Amino acid sequence: MLKPLGHTAMPTSPAVTLKSAQFPQPFADGLSYSVLSCGGWPLVQTGLLLPEAHLIFVCPQNCLRGVVLVAAEMKLSQRFSTVAVREQDVISGDMERLTIDGVGEIIDHLAEKPPAVLVFTNCIHHFVGTDLEVVYQTLRQRYPEIQFTDCYMNPIMRKSGLNPEQMMRRQLYSLLTPRPKVARQVNIIGNRFPMDPHNDLYQLLQHHGYTVKEVPRCETYAQYQTLAASSLNITTLPMAQSAGTLLADKLEQPHLFLPLTFCYETITENLKRLSDALDLPREDPAPAIAACEAALKAAKKVIGATPIAISFSACVYPLSLARLLIEHGFNVTKIFADSFIPTEKADFLALQKLAPNLQLYPTSQVQMRVLPKESSGKTLAIGTEAAYFTGTRYFVNLIEGAGLYGFDGIVHLMALLQTAFLEPKAPELLNQINQRGCECLL
Amino acid sequence: MKQTAQIIPSYTGDTSGVCSALYELGGLIVMHDAAGCNATYSAFDEPRWYTQESLVFVSGLTEMEAVLGDDQRLIEDTVAAAQKFQPAFIALVGSPIPTVTAVDFPAIAREIEQLTKIPTMGFNATGMASYVSGAGMAFEGLAKKFVLPQVPKTQAVTVNILGVTPLDFSINGADQALKAVLQAQGLTVQSSWAMGETLSNIKQAAGAKVNLVVSATGLAAAKVLAQKFEIPYVVGLPYGPAMAQQLAAMLIQTSQDHQNRIFCQAVPASDTVIIGESVAALSLAKALAATTDFKATVLCPVDTFPELLTAGCIKARDEAELKPYLQQATTIIADPLYQPICPPKARFIPLPQEAFSGRIYRQAIPELVKGFTTFRRNFGL
Repeated sequence: MLKPLGHTAMPTSPAVTLKSAQFPQPFADGLSYSVLSCGGWPLVQTGLLLPEAHLIFVCPQNCLRGVVLVAAEMKLSQRFSTVAVREQDVISGDMERLTIDGVGEIIDHLAEKPPAVLVFTNCIHHFVGTDLEVVYQTLRQRYPEIQFTDCYMNPIMRKSGLNPEQMMRRQLYSLLTPRPKVARQVNIIGNRFPMDPHNDLYQLLQHHGYTVKEVPRCETYAQYQTLAASSLNITTLPMAQSAGTLLADKLEQPHLFLPLTFCYETITENLKRLSDALDLPREDPAPAIAACEAALKAAKKVIGATPIAISFSACVYPLSLARLLIEHGFNVTKIFADSFIPTEKADFLALQKLAPNLQLYPTSQVQMRVLPKESSGKTLAIGTEAAYFTGTRYFVNLIEGAGLYGFDGIVHLMALLQTAFLEPKAPELLNQINQRGCECLL
Repeated sequence: MKQTAQIIPSYTGDTSGVCSALYELGGLIVMHDAAGCNATYSAFDEPRWYTQESLVFVSGLTEMEAVLGDDQRLIEDTVAAAQKFQPAFIALVGSPIPTVTAVDFPAIAREIEQLTKIPTMGFNATGMASYVSGAGMAFEGLAKKFVLPQVPKTQAVTVNILGVTPLDFSINGADQALKAVLQAQGLTVQSSWAMGETLSNIKQAAGAKVNLVVSATGLAAAKVLAQKFEIPYVVGLPYGPAMAQQLAAMLIQTSQDHQNRIFCQAVPASDTVIIGESVAALSLAKALAATTDFKATVLCPVDTFPELLTAGCIKARDEAELKPYLQQATTIIADPLYQPICPPKARFIPLPQEAFSGRIYRQAIPELVKGFTTFRRNFGL
């Protein structure tokens, strides 16, 4: 319970019902609140997925502060360095010199030269017109044994082309260098968590003798480079598509976007598309759908009519998940999302008929700061924002699906829901999850 | 080369510093930034975020607004939020990009104040200076904008404590310990800027006879209060019973003769160094020198004032500036995240600070006002 602040009026709830909501932006822009226990993941953590790489952030102090402490909390400070941009650098305008010399100084003092260096510049480089081409050209000449890539922590560009999140997921793959293709090897790219090897994609691929490569499973830089030998890239999240596009151009690897949804038809279609792309026989989805139905039934038996709240960050396709649950008799009452993926329109329209009074809540609107973080009775939450705002101790800690996918993902999720319903978690866990991702990282 | 950090983190920046200073006072605080500053603040710079409401938000500045110099959305969104919350005041806080595009925060503050009739302050934080600068400008702003003139003074020796934020004092009860120690010495605390305090109490600060500056963040406000209300100040912290007694005597003397004084002064020695904010580190050095054989030089990696930079307090901001002093040291008292750049042979005594290591060592941050003796004993000092 937050200690209340005096001298303020209590604003009304910003929630809207599904029947009256606009799609895909149900809420107006305004000042934003930084939600506690967000399901987000700082860029630095994505960069640190690249094994053996050294990360160097060249930013003002206020911008360095968060990323440097994320690395410290992950006990990975030895892979992380900074160059502070100060006011005199902005005034002098010689940001190229600062960046080149600063990065060089750090590399020169490393005990071992890393195979790759990720240099993060930020909003300020963009605004003072830093010639990044000169920066990287010079660094590559000075350190030919090191691969450099340009990364960006520039949230000011979030509404101008690719946002920092999409850029980071793309740049993580920019260091792959062309090599001969290996038979029966496929990449799943753009995910922060390794895929569950039981999920539909893995099972289909492994059943036909394919090796699956993913960056979160790489332990060495050499292993990372083997992704360049794959014959196909699969992405499952919208923000990962830029990585697929990059590698299609750079390495001539075809790209298949097979979205992480909870719709039987879409999952079936996704698996068909994958089979067709690799000339594999199509599999009958009926047994897998039957398994889903059984899992949903079992979960419903345990959870009953308990209200369920879902976060956008839990699965990126919260409307698809809500629709699946509601169509199977679950009582989904709240969705926490600031906006939706445009391809969820069909689910949005379907839910307007199925559950017109389902409430949509923003996560970052100012009113959310003072909204009581409680529920009238037991609530089951999926995702951290839903857990935080409903004040429940019964929640599934899930971020971006956390490796679950397809029919198997649904079966697995139903098991997680039952466990979460029966076993309360310590509320402090939410604070720890904030900025670190899933429980698996704690 | 200066400005590089191979492994150590950055101190909290000035944007967060402003927010930390004003957090508990019932204001609407708007960081004018794209997105990152608020997440950093809530996750790493503000331990009260989890337990105490506040109205600290971010404007969500976009590329086009910055390029076009469009301040209108900032004004409209701030006014809209102010209408929702009816805050006690509004504070606009700068960050790196508004610095580059030269946003005139004081002017925007005047416009918002006219529109809302709510007192509004604009702070030209750059995101490129330390929290000391940010919290300092916030306290200075409070002193200029809110402290009422002609508040009657009582017979008692009344004291304002200036410069209290969790960035220096964490949330381990140090703010309350400060009040209690002064009261135990027969002094009356008028206000504490600004933990466990209200804006209405701060408005009455001119009723104090003397100000106690307990971190460099409070010194600019002390100078304003000295100039506007002729309240003299003493700089220092009462670490341990002996220091409490000495400091109280100095406060009483200062309230009478109106001579500003620096209580915290180190007896320099190159073999022992303390890294930290100037007032806290100097006070620790003084307390150690008074009670043990330890003499220590303070290395101050954040902003401070020239009058605190004596032979016993050296400004050393970057790894390159710190390392030569650390190489000579046999004992180092510092935040644990400094340890990787300290010589392995040196004795390292951990003294975590929120403004450096954030929440990582929060549970181990000692409360030194009442707990100085325990700290000394724990480390055999």
